[in-house]
Amino acid sequence: MTRLLDARLVAERGAFGLDLPLRVGAGETVALLGPNGAGKTTALRSLAGLHALSEGHVTLAGRDLDRPGRVWVAPERRGIGVVFQDYLLFPHLTALDNVAFGPRRRGLGRARARQLAADWLARVGLAELASRRPRELSGGQAQRVALARALAVEPTLLLLDEPLAALDARTRLDTRAELHRHLERHEGAAVLVTHDPVDALVLADRLVVVEDGAVVQEGDAETVTARPRTDYVARLVGLNLYRGRAEGHSVRLDDGTVLTAADAIDGEAFAAFPPSAVALHADRPEGSPRNVWEARVAGVHRHGDNLRVQLDGPLRAASDVTPGAAAQLGLVSGMRVWAAVKAAEIRAYPA
Amino acid sequence: MKTAPVAAAAALLALAACGSVDDSMGDGEVDGTVTVFAAASLTESFERIGEDFEDANPGVEVEFSFAGSSSLAAQINQGAPADVFASAAPADMDTVVEAGNAEGPEVFARNQLVIAVPEGNPDGVAALADLTDPGLKVALCAEEVPCGAASQTALDAAGVELTPVTYETDVKATLAKLTLGEVDAALVYRTDVAADGVEAVEFPESAEAVNDYVLAVVGGAPNPAAAEAFAAYVRSDEALAVLTAAGFQAP
Amino acid sequence: MSEAVPQAAPAEARRASRGPRRQRVPVALLVPALLGLAFLTLPLAGLLIRAPWSTMPQRLAEPEVLEALRLSVFTATAATVLCLVFGVPLAWLLARVDFRGKGLVRALVTVPLVLPPVVGGVALLLVFGRNGLVGGWLDEAFGVSLPFTTAGVVAAMAFVAMPFLVVSVEGALRGADARYEEAAATLGAGRWTVFTRVTLPLVAPGIAAGAVLSWARALGEFGATITFAGNFPGRTQTMPLAVYLALETDLEAAIVLSLILLAVSVTVLACLRDRWTAAP
Repeated sequence: MTRLLDARLVAERGAFGLDLPLRVGAGETVALLGPNGAGKTTALRSLAGLHALSEGHVTLAGRDLDRPGRVWVAPERRGIGVVFQDYLLFPHLTALDNVAFGPRRRGLGRARARQLAADWLARVGLAELASRRPRELSGGQAQRVALARALAVEPTLLLLDEPLAALDARTRLDTRAELHRHLERHEGAAVLVTHDPVDALVLADRLVVVEDGAVVQEGDAETVTARPRTDYVARLVGLNLYRGRAEGHSVRLDDGTVLTAADAIDGEAFAAFPPSAVALHADRPEGSPRNVWEARVAGVHRHGDNLRVQLDGPLRAASDVTPGAAAQLGLVSGMRVWAAVKAAEIRAYPA
Repeated sequence: MKTAPVAAAAALLALAACGSVDDSMGDGEVDGTVTVFAAASLTESFERIGEDFEDANPGVEVEFSFAGSSSLAAQINQGAPADVFASAAPADMDTVVEAGNAEGPEVFARNQLVIAVPEGNPDGVAALADLTDPGLKVALCAEEVPCGAASQTALDAAGVELTPVTYETDVKATLAKLTLGEVDAALVYRTDVAADGVEAVEFPESAEAVNDYVLAVVGGAPNPAAAEAFAAYVRSDEALAVLTAAGFQAP
Repeated sequence: MSEAVPQAAPAEARRASRGPRRQRVPVALLVPALLGLAFLTLPLAGLLIRAPWSTMPQRLAEPEVLEALRLSVFTATAATVLCLVFGVPLAWLLARVDFRGKGLVRALVTVPLVLPPVVGGVALLLVFGRNGLVGGWLDEAFGVSLPFTTAGVVAAMAFVAMPFLVVSVEGALRGADARYEEAAATLGAGRWTVFTRVTLPLVAPGIAAGAVLSWARALGEFGATITFAGNFPGRTQTMPLAVYLALETDLEAAIVLSLILLAVSVTVLACLRDRWTAAP
């Protein structure tokens, strides 16, 4: 895979600083995943040339676009397409002219630019809406026009800022699949900014998790979901995550609790298990579970078909139980229960 | 005096002021406020005369409203509470008299046109005919206003056809064009050429267009006694001295 | 007294927004609103009542009247064009560029709003007059003199009308989402293209509103015009000047002239408004 984008994005913005190394190959889609305010959007704007770096560099296909103090290429000369969060379709232009806007600026004649735009609209399935104005389009349609507009300039790098955030759940599902198709076909590099793990997992080949302006975890979807390295990622993928010191199968946590895990390692380690692995009992369970502790119920709320129980105690953890089990236990906030997790359910991996 | 029908508003105001009017007429002395509507060209002279009148008649306060004579005439005919009307044009006084709002106007001063030129008369203007020089920019009053009508009369009398660069809406504006240096000459009244940097060139045809200043007590005047007293004072020698000092001529 | 309007279904809401809505208006708003309307329109009624309708046709046909009207419409339109050419870039500068002393510049832009127009006219003379700072040079170098010319009328009108344009366009620019301009840049548009292809269309309603205000202000302009450009029929005598002079001799003629000016301006503004608000 050819490396198209090579960047180190350093920017000062208010109280926090951003320092983000980023490399993306041709045909690859990288998702910048992180909580609001982590610096994802600033990173995207720096790539697009809408925000100048204070240090670092942006190099695209071997061409320096931004090297503070030495090189600065204005956004209109970068060959980077952007799909903005709320699309920013020009309200005074039809869908067709919105898409033709970029090709026109690249020197194409009016007729040819419109032909190209019509082709792109057809490719996103909106050929019949070409003459509509943005305000006459639904959210999903507007998103697709915005995608066509960004792709019509044949960008070496495609940037997508929360491309699905403004859509309702149903439209989001369809549009996500559609977007996935186009991203797979896109030959350049793509960087997607999102705080929705599902978008990131479906659309991206690689995840870069950003917190407080820095990369906290990077890897393919499988690795990141199976082995979260921060509470944020653990919450995103729905795992209970702890940090401690491993000796064989035992992981001693900072508060002294010892978990017995499936994996045997040594040294600084993470231990993680899904809420569904946590069984709750009214009395101390007898028998096989190796990890048993007494906990206090801090809260109960619906989670899919089950109930998710937040536990306080020596270990803060989430537990998923069936409504039937909950009724049998008579779960209410503040009551004390016994929690048990089988060693086979706990994964340990080096920190 | 109150024989003429007056506008409703004026009548109401007169009624409201009735008590004091009767008192002042009872003992033959004047007091209260006397409101004088006077042509704008009288501003400086009448302010002086008003002060002198107040000094001579303690207890009386003179209030002036200076504006174009035609505006003032229209205001009086619409019922504005004036005691005395001093007009720069007999025609404007006529509209008030015809409307029955005044009678027996008298001429109290005269004014005469001059050619105003910058100090030192750089273009050597000596007569009306000199103003037709195409290199000379001249400002006139518009014919609709008294000074413009007078100017036209004088030009006709001299047999001079003159195309000015502008017909100004009043005599002060006409003179302002000269003092601002935008024109080389202007036809204005002698009384207006008191400003610095301007001098007057007299011309014989001005005699054909002498402007009479007329004055009358307004019918239904809120303060008729004071109004009569002020009208009389304007015709006194003291007032005439003030007027002639400002460039007016005796009637 | 006031009642919340129940949430309508989308289709219904769309229909309702087109036609007049049946809705209770609070008395606390209705009464001052009607009083304000009466205050604004009663003087017009006064003119209409006093108008000499029987002699109207002859008066309208008088060549001086048509000449003044033609001159007024022409100069007001030219002044509006001048305002657009210089005012829109000025508004853009105020809305989009950060520089020191911007507050002062903004205050200076509004000076003609508070300056009595006659004073504005004198000020223009001091600059563009025969002996003025710029006017003296213009006269010597090119033999161009603005006072007492139609161009002078246009200049006086533009001077008093430009703030209206700058203020409305600046407001529109501030209200417009600058991110559209960023989007255009990422699509390859340079700054000038962004301005002409994106910024201007986005603020077109604001520019239109500003132009309408400027035109109306220019059309009614009196003080600065008479002071700076003087009064000469066919050259510098616009309708307001003709009205003022007519007042000196003939109230009815003045009323007729005023009504013509009103009719023309109201017609033009109403037509333009429909046209502009029809566009997005």
